[in-house]
Amino acid sequence: MIRKALVAALLAAGTIGAAQAQNLRIGLREDPDILDPTLSRTYVGRIVYAALCDKLFDINEKLEIVPQLATGYRWEDPKTLTITLRDGVRFHDGEVMDAEAVRYSLNRHLTMQGSFRRSEISGIEAVEVVDPRTVRIRLKNPSGSLLAALTDRAGMILSPKAAEAAGRNFGTRPVCAGPFRFVERVAQERIVVERFPEYWDAGRIHIQRVTYLPIPDNTVRLANLQSGAIEFGERMEPDDVKTVRGNRNLRVVAVEELGYQGITININNGPRAETPMGRDARVRAAFELAIDRDALNQVVYEGMYTPTRQPVPPANPYHIRDFRPEPRDVNRARALLREAGVTTPLTVEMTVPNNPDLRQVGEVIQAMVREAGFDLKLRAMEFASSLQAAARGDFETFLVGWSGRTDPDGNIYTFTRTGGGQNDGRYSNPEVDKLLDAARSETDFEKRRDLYAQAIRLALGQDRARIYLWHRKNIMVHSARLSGYRPVPDGLIRIQDMRLQ
Amino acid sequence: MWIWLLRRMGQILPTLLILSILIFGLQQLMPGDPALILAGEERGDPQVLAQIRAELFLDRPLWQQYLHWLGNVLQGDFGFSWRIRMPVSELILEKLPVTFQLATMAFIIALLIGVPAGILSAVWRDRPVDWVTNAVALFGISTPNFWLGIMMILLFSVQLGWLPPSGYVPLTEDPVQSLATTIMPAFVLGNGIAGVLMRHTRAAMLTALSQDYVRTARAKGLPERVVVTKHALRNALIPVVTLGTIEFGRLLAGAVLTEQIFTIPGFGKLIVDAVFNRDYPVVQGVVLATALIFVTLSLVADLLYMTINPRLRAA
Repeated sequence: MIRKALVAALLAAGTIGAAQAQNLRIGLREDPDILDPTLSRTYVGRIVYAALCDKLFDINEKLEIVPQLATGYRWEDPKTLTITLRDGVRFHDGEVMDAEAVRYSLNRHLTMQGSFRRSEISGIEAVEVVDPRTVRIRLKNPSGSLLAALTDRAGMILSPKAAEAAGRNFGTRPVCAGPFRFVERVAQERIVVERFPEYWDAGRIHIQRVTYLPIPDNTVRLANLQSGAIEFGERMEPDDVKTVRGNRNLRVVAVEELGYQGITININNGPRAETPMGRDARVRAAFELAIDRDALNQVVYEGMYTPTRQPVPPANPYHIRDFRPEPRDVNRARALLREAGVTTPLTVEMTVPNNPDLRQVGEVIQAMVREAGFDLKLRAMEFASSLQAAARGDFETFLVGWSGRTDPDGNIYTFTRTGGGQNDGRYSNPEVDKLLDAARSETDFEKRRDLYAQAIRLALGQDRARIYLWHRKNIMVHSARLSGYRPVPDGLIRIQDMRLQ
Repeated sequence: MWIWLLRRMGQILPTLLILSILIFGLQQLMPGDPALILAGEERGDPQVLAQIRAELFLDRPLWQQYLHWLGNVLQGDFGFSWRIRMPVSELILEKLPVTFQLATMAFIIALLIGVPAGILSAVWRDRPVDWVTNAVALFGISTPNFWLGIMMILLFSVQLGWLPPSGYVPLTEDPVQSLATTIMPAFVLGNGIAGVLMRHTRAAMLTALSQDYVRTARAKGLPERVVVTKHALRNALIPVVTLGTIEFGRLLAGAVLTEQIFTIPGFGKLIVDAVFNRDYPVVQGVVLATALIFVTLSLVADLLYMTINPRLRAA
């Protein structure tokens, strides 16, 4: 009702007079947590870091690793990585970014109390300064995912002087080497950064000031775009797209994300795993075969998302092209249930985070699997509580998503390996474990991809450990006055080359 | 009078103490492990979880956590927000003026609409003026805040482009922009309260107007205007003041829905976000601050009664 009114209003909508040309205002979906690359956890914080803190490496549209503060890297042997650094880079406090600063930052990520980067780069044994422009990283074991980790917060280099002076309060006034420097933050209200004239790549920065405004309500974020009160809105809703396409002052860009949405199944986590779903892969296969992913996507997400059967999205070179979702087959699902000897209707409970679109997803799945002989009970739960319930094993199936990582390891390992921290269903297959461990330390792309493909076929095709449903899209809406936005699957907003008319 | 005031203030301390124990206890009933939430997507790492629990004293027994917190609060230290590492006292001081401004504006709007409308409909009881004001009041009470808020954004921001759709500018930074950002949320809030105030003013006025002293005043030949404003209204105001202070206190506790819709960074938004993020120190600090505001306001209400009705002063 509200949304319909909004659409109607939009058709006649004009814009508030042009804002200051140099100030880019970005509406964020959430309020970021602390702005300290070592301590922060939220995805939305990374969007702000894209302006504040450059990293050793970055990723491009094709998810290839490209140099940023580094100029290149070389594997001396599988456990020794040498990184050469860019010359003439300065931090926002005027200090020089050199090998010592890299060593300091990596060590801070590794050792600071409360660091959230430690697990990402725990394979690092030592960081050595070779000369001011070169660092050598020694690893405990060969690692295929280290470089990818250095394209994110673990690769952000901080000014050692500022970090030492501020200690744990660094996040209230971060000093990095990104294109913009920190101006102010008012919690839940705004984060302001301004152009850093001495940025090493200053020629590509045309915006003077960026103001990040957390506006969690989707309708209100859209109203801000429509009225011209912000120039950029991130992670908009699929059903906003039609509205935006009808507005000549706005542009919409949809980029495939790095993560996924799926169903975790309790296979071996406590007494609630003692169900036909938990014990028998045939029952899980029947459940999966009863779901029509395309229809689900059409009904709830206007067909905007990409149906999938695996954790790695098509945008990623590790995506397995020929492992596609099977078409819905209710007869085969029924046959599988008969074969498994279960009496129908079989009652299954699904925990669903309490938000409108996922509740709708739950209802659509409920209707679909009913035809195959499942009586699906939905248990809507507030998100924080659902995570705790899942970790405790208090669930049968759990509809849950993952924001995704550049490296496939980040989308697979901890969810699938025996004892993995996010393997809430406690799935375990020693063969899969062996493959995942091998892939983790393999540095050759082709070999690594084959290892992941084998592991995924075993865990999903044969064991049906999880049901993957779709890859979301990052739907970005921006003012027609803004040009130069370069969509990358990580959903970050890189201000390089962006201009406001 | 002074002894009474001291006694009343003495009651505040135990109230707050009991309340603080309640907040602590209720938090434990809240499902969802704060360490899991704080760990975010790193929640799979038991080391990370253990580290968070140790750092935040979550691995200690509840009574130890409570005494630790209470000890700090007594020294004026409300702790840090777990999520953004800002001191809670700083957050409260930052958000309080925002909520105070919004509450004051909403309250003024409510008073300007509610009290005169109540008087009018009492004086012209069962006449068209009464019907119209009643209908308006009913609309005010029964319109959900979020709906009215979105409709106002659509009309005044998207369609007409007169007002910014959301956000907040402090009064000290730019008074005009500040009013522009708060007038819509203040109206949404004030509109709901105006209806309640109108109904209560009307009822109290009707009672007052049927009293003997009003008849006497009229019999003395006083003009109707004087009878209504000096004799009836003054007595009718006592229940209205009670209601007004309660409503104002509720406004200061933060208008959760309205602040969310207009993205006004006040108390309501602070506490809701803190609850969802399981940011306990913020929840504790804000609830305690709100409670303090409430008991102070009820004290103010009592003082106001005495000003309006001198007979109460003796008590």
